[in-house]
This record gives sequence, structure tokens and C-alpha cells, in this order.
Amino acid sequence: MTQIQWTRKDLLGLRDLSREEIELVLETAKSFRDISLRPVKKVPVLRGKTVANLFFEPSTRTRVSFELAEKRLSADTIHVASSMSSIVKGETLKDTARNIEALKVDVVVMRHGSSGAPHRLAHHLKASVINAGDGINEHPTQALLDMFTILEKKGKIEGLNVTFVGDILHSRVARSNIWGLTKLGANVTVCAPKTLLPARVGELGVRVTTDLCQAVKDADVINLLRIQLERQQESFFPSIREYATAYQINREILRDAKPDVLIMHPGPVNRGIEITSEIVESPASVILDQVTYGLAARMAVLFLVSGAAKKEKEAK
Amino acid sequence: MPRSRRGIFLPGEDNMNQEVRQVLDSEGIHRAIIRIAHEILERNQGTKNLVIIGVRTRGVFLAERIQKQIRAIEDVEIPLGILDITLYRDDLSEIGPRPAIRETDIPEDIADKVVILVDDVLYTGRTVRAALDAVVDFGRPKAIQLAVLIDRGHRELPIKADYVGKNIPTSKDEEVVLRLVENDDADEVVVKERRDS
Repeated sequence: MTQIQWTRKDLLGLRDLSREEIELVLETAKSFRDISLRPVKKVPVLRGKTVANLFFEPSTRTRVSFELAEKRLSADTIHVASSMSSIVKGETLKDTARNIEALKVDVVVMRHGSSGAPHRLAHHLKASVINAGDGINEHPTQALLDMFTILEKKGKIEGLNVTFVGDILHSRVARSNIWGLTKLGANVTVCAPKTLLPARVGELGVRVTTDLCQAVKDADVINLLRIQLERQQESFFPSIREYATAYQINREILRDAKPDVLIMHPGPVNRGIEITSEIVESPASVILDQVTYGLAARMAVLFLVSGAAKKEKEAK
Repeated sequence: MPRSRRGIFLPGEDNMNQEVRQVLDSEGIHRAIIRIAHEILERNQGTKNLVIIGVRTRGVFLAERIQKQIRAIEDVEIPLGILDITLYRDDLSEIGPRPAIRETDIPEDIADKVVILVDDVLYTGRTVRAALDAVVDFGRPKAIQLAVLIDRGHRELPIKADYVGKNIPTSKDEEVVLRLVENDDADEVVVKERRDS
């Protein structure tokens, strides 16, 4: 069992975390997993605490997942979506932070279109900050829930071959996963057309390929990344159809895969583009388990950071 | 120095220059468990609708021992649950970094059952308060009865045990140390001076 203590006020990315810290979150998530199966789906750990969810970018599943995780920990929650907030009136991030401080909020969950925005907010705030996705940088809770899903389904992470297929370039999910999985000893492969691979991605300690067959062959887990249609105006590939021809996960391509391969997808799924409906519905797909485990992972993170913030305050 | 909120020292530190008295040995613990098992059966007129739930960590071992005794007496295996009360503690916002939480495993529906809640040492009553809150979140039992190996007094909440292995009057400056072979090197209960240095 992990013996270390969590001392971070914020969770900004998996890049900063040690292997032991990641394992502690996963261990903690395990304890929160079954709360959602109880008759009373609530525990009183964050009773009297306030969590603000600031979403400067549209989000449904992450926001809903966080909101439910907060409620199941008995926290009071407020939501600010950028379209309804003063951000559109030109308020700076620092002023937003000051206002949050004045409202005595304990934890801020933040999604922002600019990489590094949560880091900046965390610097200005005594409250804990949880990064719910910043630009193309990191989406740590998604990676934690992906790893938790793998752990629950496979019993381990070390030594597994995990393949990411899709838009690696724009994917904060892939980045966080790469940081986390490599720390836990998994062999990570990224597979995409050259235009969707970040420059020097190989330096992160991953295998890089443009050949889907090769990427799928030895994989224990295939994690698909959504083709972000909204980002495709710049033409990273000739057409959606061409992309699907070369990079779609379908029955054909899985014929060479391991029989017990797990298919994961952070959602929302573009059926018929990166994956066929048939595979989404197949037993190999754990896409909905990811949603369920996401709650546990986010409860664990909320629980851990809110405890550490208290200690930091005392130290001052 | 590791010390739980209930005033139980974890084993391992030296006992030099310290007054230590043993209040229960292995035999004594065993007899207490047998008596508690009989009392549970007598009071509930058998094993019907009984569920036994141990509070982590040592309460679980005691619950297992009681379950085993009941099986020896009645030849019936009553369901056993494991409760981690960390998430229900009333001092979570006062203590520093989060304590490790471990899994809670309540095997079956406890609605309309009689729950025997088992803990090691009854002291302030705060652990039991947390355990009661946790149990009712799993359903509405017909009744909850409390079994403890040691009652050392000094309650801070209005809580009383239904089954007590041994009442041990203590001062607040003393520690009650319970060791069980499942977790430690021996079966015994000792009382010693608290050293807050």
C-alpha cells in the first residue's frame, strides 16, 4: 500500500507528479469507487466546503462528472460558464481569482482554452486549483481516470502496451496520459498521421508510428482520441473520410489485435470516424466504464487536494 | 510517533522507563470473545437477521473472531462486513494531509437486519458516531448493537456499548494498546502512560 502523504494544494498536471503520488490517487479512487453504488450515494467529507467550477471552454462530461463528484462528497458547488460570466466583459484571470478569494471558495475546478491558465490561477489563490483541461497542455483527471480504468480492468499498469490513436497534436488527454503512464511503467505508443503528431513527441519516451496495424498489434489498451472536428479548418488531413480509411478502429483492424484488448475513448465519440459503432458496442469497449470510474477518480482528487490546502494554510 | 485518535499506540516503540500493565492476555481476549458471542446469540435469540460489521482495522479482526465463535456455537455463518470510517470522521478538516482511506465492504443489504458493530477500544465515542453514520448510509437496519473489546471510559458523546469484553478504568494520560496476532506480534491488551514528549 502507498505510504506517502499528499501535500499538493493543486492538481495542475501529471507532469509534476511522482509515481508514488499518482499511485496514491489511484489507491484513493478505489475507496471512492463503491460510494456510487450505495443506497445513499454521498459521504460527508467535504461538508461545508465550497467548490467553484469555472469552465471557460464548453464541456459537458467533464463538468457533469466533477459536479457529481463534488455533490457526492457533500460539497456546495457553484458553476460559472464563460458565456455567462464577466470574462466576456473583459475581466482578467487575476481579477477573477481575487473575486473567488473574496467568496471564500475552497476548491476551484478550472477548464481554460489557454495552456497554463490554471497554473496562473493557482499562483494567485490560496484555494486549491484542479485543472480540468488547459489548452493543449494537460487534462490530468482524465488521464487519472483512464489509468484507474486500466487498473480496474487489467489489474496492473506496469508493463502494459498502451496505444493512443488520433489527434495527438491537440490532445491534452494524450499528454497527461503519456506523463502518467510512462511514470507507472507502461509502454506507450502514439499513432497518427504525421500532421497530427507533435514535433519531437518521441522525446517523451513513447514509440511513434504512423502505421495503425503496427500500433494495434501488441496493444493491451487502445485509447482513441477524438478527431476534433472544430479544429480541422486548418486541414491536418485531406478529408475526414481519408482519415477514417487509414486510422479508424474497426473489426478489420482489430483482427490482428490481442483478444483481450481494451478499447477506450474519452468521449464524445464520433461514430464512424475514429471508431465504428460496432466496436463502440463491443465487449472490448470500456468507454462507459471510464465515465463511471471518472467519478471515483475525481472524488479522490477533490478529497486529496482539499486536505492539503488546509495544511498549507496552517504552515503560513 | 504514530498514534491513532482513539489513544491506541501502534506497536513498535520502546517501552523503556514506562509503566506498562497488561490487562488482558491471549486467553483473556479469547474468553471475552466467546462470552460476547454467547451474549449476542442470547440477546437476539439466535442468528436470524444478524450481520456483523467490523470497524477497520482491529475491529475487523475481532468481528471475524466473533463470527468464528458464533459458527462454532450455532453452526451458522453470519455475514461479515468491513467498515472504513475515515470519510465520516468529525476531525477531517482539523487534521493535516488526508489519511489513507481503505475499502469499505458491506456484503449485503442491511435494511431490516440487526447490525452488530464491532470496534476494539471504546473511548471518546467519536469513532462509533462516525461508524453509525456510515452504516445507515448503506440502508436502514432494524437495530445496531455495539460490541467492543475494551471500554476505557471518557466518553465525549452519549454512546454506550451493548457488549463489552472488559471495562478498564483509565486516566486520560494513559494509552490502551491492543495487539492482535492478525496484525501484530501477539494477542494482548496493555495500559501504559502516554508520553507526549
